Amino acid sequence: MSDPKSLGLLAQFETPADIMHAAMAVRDAGFSKWDVFTPFPIHGMDDAMALPSSKVGFFTFVGGVTGFFSGMGMIWFMNKFDYPLVVGGKPLFTPLFAFPVSYELTILLSAFGTLFGLALLNRLPKLNNPLFSSERFKRATNDKFFVYVETADPKFSAVETRALLATLGASAVEEIHDTEA
Amino acid sequence: MAKAATIPAGSATKAGQHEHHAPPVHLKAAEPPKELERESLVLNNRSLGWITEAIAGVCEKPMPKWWWPAFIVSAGTMGMMFSLIAYLIATGVGVWGLNQPADWAWDITNFVFWIGIGHAGTLISAVLCLLRQKWRTSINRAAEAMTIFAVACAGIFPVVHTGRVWFALFPGYLIPFPNSNGIWPQFRSPLLWDVFAVSTYGTVSLLFWYTGLIPDLATLRDRATHKVRRFFYALFSLGWTGSNRHWSNYEKAYLILAGLSTPLVLSVHSIVSFDFAVSQVPGWHTTIFPPYFVAGAIFSGFGMVLTLLIPLRALFNLQDIITTRHVELMCKVLLATGSIVGYAYGMEFFIAWYGGSPYELYAFKNRAFGPYWWAYWSMISCNVISPHFFWFKKLRTNFVFVWIISIFVNIGMWFERFVIIVTSLHRDYLPSSWGYFTPTWVDVFTFVGSFGLFMTLFLLFIRFLPALAISEVKAVTPQADPHHPLGGAREHHH
Repeated sequence: MSDPKSLGLLAQFETPADIMHAAMAVRDAGFSKWDVFTPFPIHGMDDAMALPSSKVGFFTFVGGVTGFFSGMGMIWFMNKFDYPLVVGGKPLFTPLFAFPVSYELTILLSAFGTLFGLALLNRLPKLNNPLFSSERFKRATNDKFFVYVETADPKFSAVETRALLATLGASAVEEIHDTEA
Repeated sequence: MAKAATIPAGSATKAGQHEHHAPPVHLKAAEPPKELERESLVLNNRSLGWITEAIAGVCEKPMPKWWWPAFIVSAGTMGMMFSLIAYLIATGVGVWGLNQPADWAWDITNFVFWIGIGHAGTLISAVLCLLRQKWRTSINRAAEAMTIFAVACAGIFPVVHTGRVWFALFPGYLIPFPNSNGIWPQFRSPLLWDVFAVSTYGTVSLLFWYTGLIPDLATLRDRATHKVRRFFYALFSLGWTGSNRHWSNYEKAYLILAGLSTPLVLSVHSIVSFDFAVSQVPGWHTTIFPPYFVAGAIFSGFGMVLTLLIPLRALFNLQDIITTRHVELMCKVLLATGSIVGYAYGMEFFIAWYGGSPYELYAFKNRAFGPYWWAYWSMISCNVISPHFFWFKKLRTNFVFVWIISIFVNIGMWFERFVIIVTSLHRDYLPSSWGYFTPTWVDVFTFVGSFGLFMTLFLLFIRFLPALAISEVKAVTPQADPHHPLGGAREHHH
């Protein structure tokens, strides 16, 4: 038990109501380095874990602004600055005919910004995760619900935390070890 | 929370009268009246594990016997298309039947047809997501896949119709890259807007689809028994764990992508319609085109979704997830958008007469009663008449009938684009240059071949990826609701 470094305790729960209840209790116990794992997003879990509102929107905004102005800038540069060419007596540049393309680029780069933000905030891709060593944890993407409390949490105690998780109705509690060690 | 709000109006006033007698703690929400109850989205109270098994099982078990023959036929048809494209590139666009005055014919018809098909996927995944239509979860994955494959088919035609495709791509008529004289593409043309609209649409649809796939790929990774399968699912699921800290960002990102795709899908077919509406050609130069094209696109797309999903649910025993209610709702979308399309056909004729332009009026008379009358009336019978069968519940729930009508919708919408393009072009302002477009065998088989590409991609999709959104379907079941008894809620929690 003590040879490979212990990283935390993984507790399995059977229903969304149980995991919600457990998350609130762990939150109220004052833990900070812990997480909940569910096969689908559970409504109200963000509050139950006291998570702040997601910051993905910031990345979307940056992407969108970049897209819009690069569209306008590109068209101005190509059709008015670098090689002015009168076509059909129309102006060399106006934001009007440049709008559809800039609009599409706004959406394109917003989408890329959103995904970039999602990956960055979630620290993904991350293909090695000590939790993957648990056979039980495979059902986190199927039909079971988990709470994981890290030993790195200042409030963590191998005995008391295990007891807390057990009283919350965990159907199993398992210790997660550092697979690298 | 929603449950508490469903107290019928009658009992609410009664409860109000007795307020001081009974404290609100004992106020129990009455069950909603029977007629307001909705059929559940997943039938037979299936467990979460059952949903995983039913959907993931499709791409884990060996494919049924029909898969290989279907795949070989599709891939062969696709090969035929690529050979014909090679023949065209080696010979010239003259192998197609288009020529002055109809310089656009089947190529652009096929392009608009395929792009339109894609729109249903985005409507289901994005617009219905914003409108909180939970029934979308059963069909959005396959519909989004259909979108991407349809855009792939669509993209081929405008590129190939330039003839010397290397100029279309690089340096470009299409891609902004200066030609050998240093001249850039000119952005005053809606054709170039279209390049950006379609490529953005394809890319964003792919990103949205992939985002939705990540949690399900993780499910497949955790169930995989074969090393190679596990490796690829692990790679593409990016190490997803189902962490709620991740779900929190994920749900926000998903909502934002839905919010971005909604104006995108409306803009794409609007811009496609600008290819025509911005020109001066009678029959094309109309302001009704953008909304009419968008409605038509959704109409055709839902037709294709039904064409694909009705067999899919039966072949893979997914009747509990794609239920009668889902099919019925899609039929209603067909009815609504089909009615808009029918209205647009009528309004076009009215404006052609009311607008007072003799050329415009001629173009429309020529459409209905000129040499292409057969195309026009095929379009009318498929698009205007066929959706109106769906006023009747009996017909909406008869899947064989629905499937047949969905085929008619596909045919009708192809004819719509053919009618718009060819009948407007074949008689221009100068009667001496009037002509009659006839497709060559290369035209016909290139179009048939594009169905091969579409079906090949779709068959590979159901072979390797979860055809339904596993985590999203779970999330709309009562078993997933922490406030529902099936989700483990106990009485005293309320």
